[in-house]
Amino acid sequence: MISDLFSVTVLIGILASGIRLATPYLYAAIGETFGQRSGVLNLGVEGQMLLGAFAAFYVALTTGNLWLGVLAAMIVGAVMGLAMAYVTVNLHAQQGISGIGFYLFGLGMSDLLFQKLLGTVETVKGFPKIHIPGLSDIPGIGEIFFSQNLLVYIAYLLVPLAWFVLNKTTLGLKIRSVGENPEAADSLGVSVARIRYLTIILGGTLSGIAGASLSIALLNVFQQNMTSGLGFIAVALVYFGAWRPLGVLGGALLFSMINSLQLWIQVLGIPIPSDIAVMMPYVLTILVLVASVSRVRAPSALTKPFEREA
Amino acid sequence: MKNIVRLFGLFLLLALAVSACAPATPAPTEPAATEPQATEPPATEPPATEPPAPTEPPAAEPFRVAVVMPSAINDLAFSQSMYDALLRVQEEMGGPDAFELVYSESMFVVDDAAAAIRDYASQGFNLVIAHGSQYGSSVQEIAPDFPETSFAWGTTVDTFGLPNVFAYEAASQEGGYVNGALAATLSTSKVIGVVGPIETGDAKLYVDGFKAGAEATNPDVQVNVNYIGSFSDVALASEAATTHISAGADVLTGTAQMVVGAIGKAEEADVLWFGTQSNQTSLAPSIVVASQVYHWEGILNEMIAKIQAGTLGGESFVITLANGGEVVEFNPDSTVVADVQALADETIQGIIDGTIEITLPSP
Repeated sequence: MISDLFSVTVLIGILASGIRLATPYLYAAIGETFGQRSGVLNLGVEGQMLLGAFAAFYVALTTGNLWLGVLAAMIVGAVMGLAMAYVTVNLHAQQGISGIGFYLFGLGMSDLLFQKLLGTVETVKGFPKIHIPGLSDIPGIGEIFFSQNLLVYIAYLLVPLAWFVLNKTTLGLKIRSVGENPEAADSLGVSVARIRYLTIILGGTLSGIAGASLSIALLNVFQQNMTSGLGFIAVALVYFGAWRPLGVLGGALLFSMINSLQLWIQVLGIPIPSDIAVMMPYVLTILVLVASVSRVRAPSALTKPFEREA
Repeated sequence: MKNIVRLFGLFLLLALAVSACAPATPAPTEPAATEPQATEPPATEPPATEPPAPTEPPAAEPFRVAVVMPSAINDLAFSQSMYDALLRVQEEMGGPDAFELVYSESMFVVDDAAAAIRDYASQGFNLVIAHGSQYGSSVQEIAPDFPETSFAWGTTVDTFGLPNVFAYEAASQEGGYVNGALAATLSTSKVIGVVGPIETGDAKLYVDGFKAGAEATNPDVQVNVNYIGSFSDVALASEAATTHISAGADVLTGTAQMVVGAIGKAEEADVLWFGTQSNQTSLAPSIVVASQVYHWEGILNEMIAKIQAGTLGGESFVITLANGGEVVEFNPDSTVVADVQALADETIQGIIDGTIEITLPSP
């Protein structure tokens, strides 16, 4: 039965579902990467995703327009980001704790709105799969890479874009310097507060889209607490990816592929207890983290509030 | 600096208040004025040291029931089955004046649930229902402090030997067997996929029963089972369904509240779906064939009758096809139901009169 694992159907299945599963992680973790590179740890990603998922679902359901849904998710995420930025940048609140606060707010608020506005689990017609002409007909590869919905493609395009912005633009340089040495950046006339506001709001916006990618593209339902810890895994993936967009991509893909592998292991009846199988992605993530811990260094000013010395 | 700390504390409190607000809402049918303090259980209140209000109410006073549930009352699954049953009991007993019902939903944190259970007990409810096997140790700890209050918890058969604890369980393997038999008949690819949560409790019973039913009906059918390790991960449940479909399954089933993700994928691929716990037809009217639905009201009525007669616990109840606690409800719009109706009736009858014996794998 182990040999079944290496059949073409199974390999295509693992890769295609791994790519889908990685999508929400990518949006959320790329957004979080910007925040952390500027020195702010946002643990509220999960809450932003939940509210984004609800906003997208509700707007798409009532207006029938999916793009309005995405826009709603972006606005909700951005507003959550704005609040987080105010609390951490202006009020100098401890970042980890305020993030948890925002998570709980998003969890409760999305549930409350769900109960009041919808009342029951409903479905919506989400983003359809887009078959890229020509490419999607290539056997195997086509199904894996070129028959996904639009939000999946955008997520993957975001990775090189984020890499470019962080490494090749002045803005990226400012973000990195604010995260490494805010005092020096400040003395050179870079507004630490403005950069951090920008990255946290950007992070919130992307987390909102991460939620939308679940509720109106991949799953097309909203259920309370539907992200189920995804947002926290996204934060872990930023560490895993050593604060680099490409590393985040690698981590998200590895985690998701192992997850779809374990689904197949069970379906094929390979005699591994289900409890062990579902542990696999997490165990592997911890192992890679442990192995890589010595070679990477977090942004020096991560979690440290910046206060200009008088 | 102090101001900032205070501001932040305030904000955190607000966040917590909002997050607590959703789980503890009064039943919509209950007039809010009758029991205002019940709608907002103060989580920090210490257990009452004096005995709570007597449980034998005079006829004019309503029978008071509180229920604590792990997911939402409208989850189309486990929690909803209990909530709907309680509403039906309420109606039978004459509405909110005769039967007061309050609930706490989404109590997935067991500690919070334990606090709610204790609060309800100290407020003198006649019956406090802890609807989730994860609440067992909380009930075991709290029940002895409130000897006048009756507790019920499930799904289990264990009353801990306590005189004021009822246990209840669903023989979900029975409906699972029926669903499995129908699924095996309807599958043309002879591959069936099952999306399960965690390999435990009534989810495991259902899945094992389903497998037994499918294999007994057609030994050539292959039933692939997938436990995703979570009751809430909708995304993984959806991917599990996709995996089954890629592996050739043309009939799917699944149990627990995260299957809404799986049903969506089944609908997209136009493969048939069998539901359990609640009637899931509304989610995908084109593919749902039948759902095993839990009707807890029968055993709830039995418990209430016992409580009113002075027996507060010590017994365990099981809902089955035979006692009407489990009903297989068909989707009236399904085009395939007619083909299997006779088989369904025959299988249900067989389970009720004992001619069909369901053998489950030993744990």
